[in-house]
Amino acid sequence: MYRREYTEITSQDVAVAPVTLGKGTKGMRGTVIRVGAAEGDPHCEIGAELERRLMEIGFVEGASVEIIHEGFIRRDPIAVKLDDMRVALRRRDAEAILVRVAPSNGGSAI
Amino acid sequence: MSESIAAPARIALVGNPNCGKTALFNALTGSRQKVGNYPGVTVERKEGSFVTPGGHRVQVLDLPGTYSLRARSPDEAVTRDAVLGRLAGETPPDLLVCVADATNLRLVLRLVLELKQVGRPVMLALNMFDIASHRGISIDTEMLSRELGVPVVTAIAVRRGGTADLLDRIDRIANGESLPTAAATWREPTRSEIAAAHREVERIIGVSVRPPARPDTWTARIDQILLHPVSGIAVLLAILFLMFQAVFTWAGPATDLIGGGFDALSALLAASLPEGMLRSLLTDGLISGIGSVLVFLPQIMILFFFIILLEDLGYMPRAAFLMDRIMGYAGLHGRAFIPLLSSFACAIPGIMAARVIDGRRDRLVTILIAPLMTCSARIPVYTLLISAFVPREQVGGIVNLQGLVMFGLYAAGIVSAFTVAFVLRRLFWRGEADHFIMELPSYKLPDPKNVLMGVLQRARLFLRRAGTIILSMMLLIWFLSSVPGAPVDATEPAINYSFAGMIGHAIQPLLAPIGFTWEIAVVLIVGVAAREVAVAGLGTVYAVAAGPETTGLLTDMLAAHWSLGTALAMLAWYVFAPQCVSTLAVTRRETNSWRWPVVQFTYMLTLAYIAAFITYRIAGAFGG
Repeated sequence: MYRREYTEITSQDVAVAPVTLGKGTKGMRGTVIRVGAAEGDPHCEIGAELERRLMEIGFVEGASVEIIHEGFIRRDPIAVKLDDMRVALRRRDAEAILVRVAPSNGGSAI
Repeated sequence: MSESIAAPARIALVGNPNCGKTALFNALTGSRQKVGNYPGVTVERKEGSFVTPGGHRVQVLDLPGTYSLRARSPDEAVTRDAVLGRLAGETPPDLLVCVADATNLRLVLRLVLELKQVGRPVMLALNMFDIASHRGISIDTEMLSRELGVPVVTAIAVRRGGTADLLDRIDRIANGESLPTAAATWREPTRSEIAAAHREVERIIGVSVRPPARPDTWTARIDQILLHPVSGIAVLLAILFLMFQAVFTWAGPATDLIGGGFDALSALLAASLPEGMLRSLLTDGLISGIGSVLVFLPQIMILFFFIILLEDLGYMPRAAFLMDRIMGYAGLHGRAFIPLLSSFACAIPGIMAARVIDGRRDRLVTILIAPLMTCSARIPVYTLLISAFVPREQVGGIVNLQGLVMFGLYAAGIVSAFTVAFVLRRLFWRGEADHFIMELPSYKLPDPKNVLMGVLQRARLFLRRAGTIILSMMLLIWFLSSVPGAPVDATEPAINYSFAGMIGHAIQPLLAPIGFTWEIAVVLIVGVAAREVAVAGLGTVYAVAAGPETTGLLTDMLAAHWSLGTALAMLAWYVFAPQCVSTLAVTRRETNSWRWPVVQFTYMLTLAYIAAFITYRIAGAFGG
């Protein structure tokens, strides 16, 4: 969703286009830039509960993330290296986390 | 504002999950522990006591692990209320000891910042300090203490003397050292307050902790195998296979010994007492009642040995990760995997283990379907009926038909459990999926002493909870099946004249459509206490002498009395029937409401009747 909005820009910008963590593939690395829906975003109905749970476990703005494992059915759930910890979560829940993908990374958005 | 602690001090241990809090609790209190429940809720309450080197008596409460005081599960609500001093019937703690995994400080430091707002003295104990040092993580405890504004001690729970620093500090506090205590201002943090707290923690870590010189690379390497889509599943299946093997074969000798011991005791008593009610009560009621509880103990201890071992290793969240998607198809949570696995031994520990699921709906669905997993108490019934009615033939030259039927019964249990979960989700809790967000902790070598203490604790809990229920049910069933006694000129077995016999005759018309005779009706009544009691019940109604050769005789007797359709219907019945009062009682305890055991009983009974009806009719159509 986010990727589509940015694909028309230059290829350099594509590399750093924000994606949700839920759409990342194994090896994707980046920095959390937002948790939860942006103000007035009609696409994401993310509960305040999910938002706070994600933040409590360490998904806060500025945290570094890397997808290190994927489940074997539909590559769901995912295991994420979050700063110096590891967290497992479903892709649906990871949709609430917007990530700025680090340039020159192995993975990409789906 | 400051205050000192008057003896006997009460301290509460708080911390994130997987921080080694229980190990520290065990190290402090040794065997002086009491495990019970908080009044009104089903959260386990663990309390212990110890005496410090300075001679101060301290009572310590081990609170459920949490990341935040903003509670989501009943466990976390207890932690919040206990530290806030709001928990009914609980004296507020004088000191909160926040236990941290020294190798993983980020989240626990945020918890410390929250704890500081509850208006009680707080101390931070850096547990697993040896592992942190080994990895070259250098923590400036003085600086950390200054920045956090709370005392900081180090601890190595699994090492002898590893709690010296903590004990010394408790002594100093007990001797009057004052701790800074902020005013009680805690309320649920908002989104921006959580973010601000994380930034503050980031700053504190920046000035007081040097990152590891030799980071933990083992966890990542092991995860390459254990979380791998192919090898991860293979290892999980291998572990499950080993667990099953262990539960059903290692436990064998101990189970036989206990069963044989009680039979011998019963025979001894029968020989030394005169014939009559008292003898019957002692041998058939009391001793066989205690025996029927104790025979499950070896299996349950082995099961918990594996579960606690895997938990301490840090494997359980990985198993939940691997299983989450499969379980998700039925609307279940990845964490439901462990409770359902335990239910193959016995639904009671399974239902108790459902506490690890923090979502209420996920937990309820898991509790409701746990008894559909084929527990070990069904095995004697299955074995008896299969050996009486299923020919010992090879199918296609390789597969044993009897084994195939047994496998089919297990599969029927699993498939129906998942189907029921799916339907429950669709009917009652449509679209309200709980979240699945779980820390994957570093792998750690389990401490044998902690594993042993955990197993013994589970065994005690099982005996106390299940034991009292099963035993009292056995006594009630004894009463129903022995009173009133047979008349002098009795031509039939005594049980036929008893209350159980009368009830059996009364409900037989209801069971006729599924091919059950009145004898089976009697057995179903006595089998309400526990499933395996049905085998002994069949022996009684068909007046087969009890003894080691019972099963053989009973097999012939059943083959002569029952049609194939009746036998198959009975098997189908046993896959679903709520033939275990203890399970219903534990469901009542764990959900704290009569509603869920009633729901459980009703849906299982309905399924059992329908399954038996269909089986009987189909078998009849094929000439069974």
